[in-house]
Amino acid sequence: MGVTDDLGLKQLRGRLPSPVRALRARSFPLRAPTLPSGVAPLPEPQRTGVDFDTNWSRCWSARMLRAGFVEGPMRLMVQLLASPRRLGSDRLADVEGAVIFASNHHSHLDTPLLLTSLPEPWRHKVVVGAAADYFFATRAVSTMSALLIGAIPIERAKVGRRSADLAANLIDEGWSLLIYPEGGRSPDGWGQPFRGGAAYLALRCKIPVVPIHLSGTGEILRKGRRLPRPSQARVTFGSPLAPEPDERAHRFATRIEAAVAALADEAATDWYSARKRAHSGSSGAMTGPDAGAWRRKWALGDKSNQPSLLSARRWPDL
Amino acid sequence: MAAERRKAPRPGLVLDVDRATPPILFHHGEGFRLERLPAGRSRIIYPAEPLAGLRDPAASIREALLNPLDSDPLPALLRPGMKLTIAFDDVSLPLPPMRRPDIRQRVIEEVLDMAAAAGVDDVHLIAALALHRRMTDDELRHALGDRIFDAFAPQGALYNHDAEDPDGMVELGCTKHDELVTMNRRAAESDLLVYVNINLVSMDGGWKSTATGLADYRSLRHHHNVHTMQNSRSFMDRPNSELHNSNWRQGEIIKASGPRIFQIETTVNNNTFGYDGAMSVLQKREWEWSARDRGTYLAMQTGLKAMPASARRSVFNRWLAPYEMTSVQAGAVEPVHESTTANVLAQHLVAVQGQTDVLTMGLPYICPYNVNSVMNPILVMCLGLGYFFNLYRGKPLVRAGGVVIMSHPTRREFHPVHHPSYIDFFEQVLADTTDPAELEAKYEAQFAEEEWYIHLYRNSYAYHGVHPFYMWYWGAHALQYLGRVIVVGGDPAAVRRMGFQPASTLSDALEMASDVVGPAPTITHIHNPPILMADVE
Repeated sequence: MGVTDDLGLKQLRGRLPSPVRALRARSFPLRAPTLPSGVAPLPEPQRTGVDFDTNWSRCWSARMLRAGFVEGPMRLMVQLLASPRRLGSDRLADVEGAVIFASNHHSHLDTPLLLTSLPEPWRHKVVVGAAADYFFATRAVSTMSALLIGAIPIERAKVGRRSADLAANLIDEGWSLLIYPEGGRSPDGWGQPFRGGAAYLALRCKIPVVPIHLSGTGEILRKGRRLPRPSQARVTFGSPLAPEPDERAHRFATRIEAAVAALADEAATDWYSARKRAHSGSSGAMTGPDAGAWRRKWALGDKSNQPSLLSARRWPDL
Repeated sequence: MAAERRKAPRPGLVLDVDRATPPILFHHGEGFRLERLPAGRSRIIYPAEPLAGLRDPAASIREALLNPLDSDPLPALLRPGMKLTIAFDDVSLPLPPMRRPDIRQRVIEEVLDMAAAAGVDDVHLIAALALHRRMTDDELRHALGDRIFDAFAPQGALYNHDAEDPDGMVELGCTKHDELVTMNRRAAESDLLVYVNINLVSMDGGWKSTATGLADYRSLRHHHNVHTMQNSRSFMDRPNSELHNSNWRQGEIIKASGPRIFQIETTVNNNTFGYDGAMSVLQKREWEWSARDRGTYLAMQTGLKAMPASARRSVFNRWLAPYEMTSVQAGAVEPVHESTTANVLAQHLVAVQGQTDVLTMGLPYICPYNVNSVMNPILVMCLGLGYFFNLYRGKPLVRAGGVVIMSHPTRREFHPVHHPSYIDFFEQVLADTTDPAELEAKYEAQFAEEEWYIHLYRNSYAYHGVHPFYMWYWGAHALQYLGRVIVVGGDPAAVRRMGFQPASTLSDALEMASDVVGPAPTITHIHNPPILMADVE
């Protein structure tokens, strides 16, 4: 009885349409073509790095979400970690339209700090030039970078036109660009030489560059550290720099670097003393002494070894 | 529409009131009134719309410093080892205070940048406040910006002028009219004195900047007196102002015996309340108010009425005007001021035909002497009969023997820190006499030399003891000229103490005015602020 029933069920199943069979029976063009032997397959299209499409992150819904994130959790986090002092935004009073914000770079905290410090109307219409090999390494990280900080991928390992074309097109559409001309976070607390990307884009798009100096973020979350230590940061906006007629990108980049160095001097001393040194060409470079690692560390002083606010309040272990 | 107007601002307007004219906005202290003026015999003078601001203020400032009028370029006057003093207008300008960056900051940063390039180390910055109250650190920071404040204030190189410092003043000489000229010692002994001015009205600037702003009582009393004010027609029109003639004579002495002066003067437009936002309704013509403007006005009125007076004051004191700089000129004092005055008048002048029997004015919450403070009754008088009455060229808007009707709450309240001598002036001096000449002869010296007032002026934030007298002298010409002054909506006791008549409504005030000027008088309303100056033919 039981055997007869089983056979009947099998016969019934054989007559019913099977989804698996239907899938297996699907043929080209419903199914992908097979690769003829002796033919090299086409390379897989890249979906990460400079190839990551960020257009969607500038639609209004993504912008609204990002604005909420910047003004809410990001601002709170920056306030708790960095208690920032923001200076010099009045220097932007006469600037209209898109600009390039060029800042020195010490920490992953720099971008949140700047995104919450940029004055209106730029704060919510800015894209951040981010390292394609780091912030766009995987699809998930790329999506989060584009959505939460408005990042666009910038190729820093090799020279390519894609990053520059993307940035230039966005600037032409009225987006401002936040970029770190040093190309990455400081490895030792000193600044690094400025690359020419910001200057090139300013010349190409005929827009001013606003130099920005950040201090204190290295003490909070320097390169190589995993957990932040609350401290105080300072953001100083400089006067917008416009390219001079017939000025080359390299020379303009040097001017931008000098302007950031003068802001660093201003942050360390006072504005008038800094201006005097800037005019006499003695502002000093941010890149530190050309010496061995320990001497560079030595010249930095004990800033990097300062205890954090939290640890300073702890009782000593006895 | 607003953007189009910014490109092509309309000039001032004289509107003849007819039955279709809507009620007109009167400022009324920290509030407003909408008043209907009688048709057929009233007219309203509207200010010009804001002129376009300079496209690149920083470049214009640099251009002015590098190509000055009748002077070497500023960099050529700067050298290492020199003594440089930069004096600047105090908190009384502009009105209301402007949004950051203030014009003083813009100009002084450019000057200091050139000084830094020349390697000048000895730089002092002085708020040229004459006998006004000292500026607070916050006010200095607002006017000059963080960078200048942080660079100079901690070293004691940024400070307020002190006209009562026995060691801080020097005598430069006497004019041919025997007017003593004194000046701040640091400024006088500098190799170069750069004066940075904001010209809000045509009275400001010129030799008045240094001869008044950096002087003391001994020097100021030669032009801040009843005789000078009664012989100025008006003190807003320099060629016909005895106040300015005296300052210019003192300027000759400064030129001969004082420091080298590099004058920098700037002008602002009429953009007092902005092109958009809640306050913008205050600089629109009433028939052009949109539904949104009307809603904004109603909401503002309702909100203000629900607030206590101190909260209302606080709301208004927080307003920062979005003024735009319309011109900057630098160099020798006279040619610079001539150019400045032309630029001021281009914004303010409105041609008006003939005088009127009754002049009405709505007085706002602010005048030059109550920034971040209280508008006391003496300042109400000064604003109405001093400033507004004198905003004319040619003849006064109102005929001799006519009536001025001012609208203001005129509360009997004083700021005890800023205006201590005003309280005594109101309670003691005005109780005795309101005649400017009499109170000048009887009381001025006593108040000017009172040690307590001098102490408060030097160490607190008080106006000098003699300052309320100057406020009263400011209206001396109007008091001499007018048949009656009526205050609508003012505190009756305070209004009567000043010798004026209180009225509850504008209709009552017009009835009362007809006792003086006859029935059915002609009426002119000066729709101010934003500022206008009547060019009366």
